[in-house]
Amino acid sequence: MEPIIQIQKVSKTFRGRDNQVEALKGITLDIEKGDICGIIGMSGAGKSTLVRCLNYLEKPTSGTVLIENKDLSAMSERELRKIRTEIAMIFQHFNLLMQRSVLDNVCVPMEIAGVKKKDARKRALELLEVVGLGDKAKSYPAQLSGGQKQRVAIARALANNPKILLCDEATSALDPTTTKSILKLLQQINREFGITIVIITHEMSVVQEICSHVAIIDNGVLAESGTVTEVFEQPKSSAAKKLVYMVNPRVERMTSRRCIRIVFQENSSFEPVIANMILECKAVVNILKADTSDIGGIAHGQMILQLPQERADADRMIQYLRDRRLIVEEVEDYVE
Amino acid sequence: MLSEFFQALSTGASIGNTVVAMLAEGTLVTLYMTLVSTIAAYLIGLPMGIALVVTADDGLRPNRIIYKCLDIVANIVRSIPFLILLILVIPVTRAIVGKSYGPTATIVPLVLAAGPFIARMVESSLLEVDRGVIEAAQSMGAGTGYIVAKVMLVEARSSLIVGATIVLGTILGYSAMAGTVGGGGLGDIAIRYGYHRYQQDIMWVTVILLVLLVQVMQWAGIRLSRKLDRRVRN
Repeated sequence: MEPIIQIQKVSKTFRGRDNQVEALKGITLDIEKGDICGIIGMSGAGKSTLVRCLNYLEKPTSGTVLIENKDLSAMSERELRKIRTEIAMIFQHFNLLMQRSVLDNVCVPMEIAGVKKKDARKRALELLEVVGLGDKAKSYPAQLSGGQKQRVAIARALANNPKILLCDEATSALDPTTTKSILKLLQQINREFGITIVIITHEMSVVQEICSHVAIIDNGVLAESGTVTEVFEQPKSSAAKKLVYMVNPRVERMTSRRCIRIVFQENSSFEPVIANMILECKAVVNILKADTSDIGGIAHGQMILQLPQERADADRMIQYLRDRRLIVEEVEDYVE
Repeated sequence: MLSEFFQALSTGASIGNTVVAMLAEGTLVTLYMTLVSTIAAYLIGLPMGIALVVTADDGLRPNRIIYKCLDIVANIVRSIPFLILLILVIPVTRAIVGKSYGPTATIVPLVLAAGPFIARMVESSLLEVDRGVIEAAQSMGAGTGYIVAKVMLVEARSSLIVGATIVLGTILGYSAMAGTVGGGGLGDIAIRYGYHRYQQDIMWVTVILLVLLVQVMQWAGIRLSRKLDRRVRN
């Protein structure tokens, strides 16, 4: 099957009066239908420019984007406007019309597409139910919380039955709990309506939470891409490693420089793996970073441990963890 | 309060019933000039302001030539003192109205002066609209017409009303200025009685009337603007 989005050698250079900035340098990436693809990178990496190239709000300087095999670079302004009704977008700051009610906001895309007012209102009410805001139809955006505003934006995005939903830092202005609920909603939308979702973010946790695939953009270049499991377990590029480990500055006291990263993915969360290891090996470790969660009784996530100075002890620990089918890899230069 | 004040004035030595009638008529004439000029000037200024925003370098349809032309026209007209403009356009006024004095004739220079001023007010109101909202509309496939009519003008509504309030006050002031060359209305009365005949009491009454008119317009405009603004929780 052909990918729904094909990004082909896309470059974008912004020209100022006496300088120019290469925001994107020859990015090639395919996104399959039905995927939730995360595009992650540090701020300024070019990811927001890239997502705007997907609906040609930003026209690439060179290269092109194909949506369902249709070349956007060959389209007229009118054709582009038409295809944009099939590619919805949500934003970090929600971008709702402040002077229009919630219901009217959801009607906007249908108004643009020429849907009859009565039908549009009916569908808008249905969509507000889908996002859990059925009772807020008559409110105005100023009366809503951030999470609610993003839900309205999502309802609005779904109005014209889009094939693709682009999310530009859609959870970056929200607190962690609200972020989780919005991500859940996106996942539900992906499953129920089969909408391909592209998520731009700078947070690895967002990608981990719902994405099936991930592309890492670093300094305008595609550093790495693949399934989330692949990239998360064995990051190859330095940009990927940086994002996955989220480098934590130096640790004092324990002087060993040997660190390992372990990934939990199938161990029972009821088994105290690390504590047992310490008892078994009779040596201590320093937990430098831990990001684990319990999903249905299975431990998920990662941990970075600083191992004891004694080489034999350290080796024994690694063996112990590998025996318990944990993914273990040595991390260099995590501590200095 | 006010009626007592008028009562006192009408029983005064220099101000009789005829004077009150004259002041009342002057007020009406001033309102007529102000309102008609404002409406007519918006017919020029609103499209001009929209065009300035749309054709700007970072606008929806950048067009250097159109933008520069409008920009220059707006600047030139606004830099000519109104009194000079009033005299400069006398031939135009004659051609349109048939005479160069009186309230209706004054409307011509008022519109010409206020149009570019309004264009600037509209421009600044529209530029306040969140770019993100415009981008969102673009991402939904909206064209320029839709974005201007349904996004920019609606989102800028309250700011546009505040602008219109300022415009009304300015045109009212201009109309009074036109009184110096026989424009009619309160300004005309103030000049004729206050300046030429040195009847200070009449001059002061006209000044107070003008101040009151501006106050009322300002109050009503701000109130309307707030009432229609959905960003305020009410």
